[in-house]
Amino acid sequence: MRHPQLNADGKLQHLLTIEGLPRETIHHILDTAASFVGVSDREVKKVPLLRGKSVFNLFFENSTRTRTTFEIAAKRLSADVLNLNINTSSAAKGESLLDTVDNLSAMHADMFVVRHAASGAPFLIAEHLNRIRGPHVNVINAGDGRHAHPTQGLLDMYTIRHFKKDFTQLRVAVIGDIMHSRVARSGIHALTTLGVPEVRAIGPLTLLPPGLEQMGVRVFTDMREGLRDVDVIMMLRLQSERMRGALLPSAQEYYKHYGLTEEKLALARPDAIVMHPGPMNRGVEIDSSVADGAQSVILDQVTFGIAVRMAVMTILASN
Amino acid sequence: MNGETLDAEAIYAALRDAIAAALAAAGDRAPHLIGIHSGGAWVAQRLHADLALATPLGTLSSAFHRDDYGRRGLPAEMKATELPFEIAGADILLVDDILYTGRTVRAALNELFDYGRPARVELAVLLDRGGRELPIEARYCGKVHPLPADRAFVLSRDAGSRFALRIE
Repeated sequence: MRHPQLNADGKLQHLLTIEGLPRETIHHILDTAASFVGVSDREVKKVPLLRGKSVFNLFFENSTRTRTTFEIAAKRLSADVLNLNINTSSAAKGESLLDTVDNLSAMHADMFVVRHAASGAPFLIAEHLNRIRGPHVNVINAGDGRHAHPTQGLLDMYTIRHFKKDFTQLRVAVIGDIMHSRVARSGIHALTTLGVPEVRAIGPLTLLPPGLEQMGVRVFTDMREGLRDVDVIMMLRLQSERMRGALLPSAQEYYKHYGLTEEKLALARPDAIVMHPGPMNRGVEIDSSVADGAQSVILDQVTFGIAVRMAVMTILASN
Repeated sequence: MNGETLDAEAIYAALRDAIAAALAAAGDRAPHLIGIHSGGAWVAQRLHADLALATPLGTLSSAFHRDDYGRRGLPAEMKATELPFEIAGADILLVDDILYTGRTVRAALNELFDYGRPARVELAVLLDRGGRELPIEARYCGKVHPLPADRAFVLSRDAGSRFALRIE
């Protein structure tokens, strides 16, 4: 059975996960994104590639930043954009997920950008749309449960490629709550596919999922040890609800062991870059002086994120 | 006809001389050359050097504005538009290799206007193969050589930037 994100020709129809994407496909998306970076600097910040198309931002889970960057990306491509925050509308009245999709589909949506708290929801929607609408509608996963956040993974790869050029000589550390992080999962898949020889996962044992070693990842519970000589540091957001369970003692304790401070950053290579998907908890997983420091590329990630989302939308719409 | 070659260097020389004569007659400010990727950019590069223009050279991609994007998608390798000068108020000489339907030039004009409002835009092409589908004509042209729709001109250049034109 072919992967549900591919069409009959084997091209990307939906972007649901980075897992299984060939290296060439990832590079093609990053190359296309590079051509979109300059669009934001033009007097007219718009190109007509999605003119006449309707993009529906279907957010079953709140996210101002991701929704906004998808909205800007679609608008710079001249699409019409509708934002639907479902938790405040039909779902609250008891409508099922696929009924919601059917209704929006009857409004002739061309592309759905889906965020959902349940892993697999975008897959379900994509397969349903394949059945009822055929190959002319696209779904982009904007984050599903603990599973995947492929456009975040791609924009992280874009950022790394922009600053480091070559993936095949790098040591990359992913730090924090890897267990619950779809950003980490997508990032690790992309890094290994692109040929990064050493991917490290750093975090407390309670937040490290089993099976990392099988993915080719080196696991560290001591952050100081894990940071030594890395080229790229990918911080993860510590979700406050993790604090309430039994996984972590306190934010202060976490910061002491796994917060990125200037002192810990000095253990990495002097030209290491610091990334974070946002929103940041300053003083929990990252110190303000690092977040705002010379090695931080956190705001570049936001800027590149728009170009990467433009590239994904354009490629899906043309396949 | 297939595999037939044209004397690309002679055609290029005719184009270059026509532009040089017009520039000498005009006498005032030189236009900004902008080559359309990828063949047009090669021609513009050589014109820029041979005419010893002091104005910076630009290159332009028409990919974002193509009207066949829905069928063909973006090219596998996207070349970026690079216009290292102010477009607003500038005299522009747009350069392409082959003028055919006129759709590339239409897309290129849209791309250009995303960067500002030029004072004037003229078009120079190495070769005009007829078959226009839009009201677009070149001010300067190296040669007119009509070609049926099932054929194509392929421009190539060697290490010394010398051109060759082949019919396929």
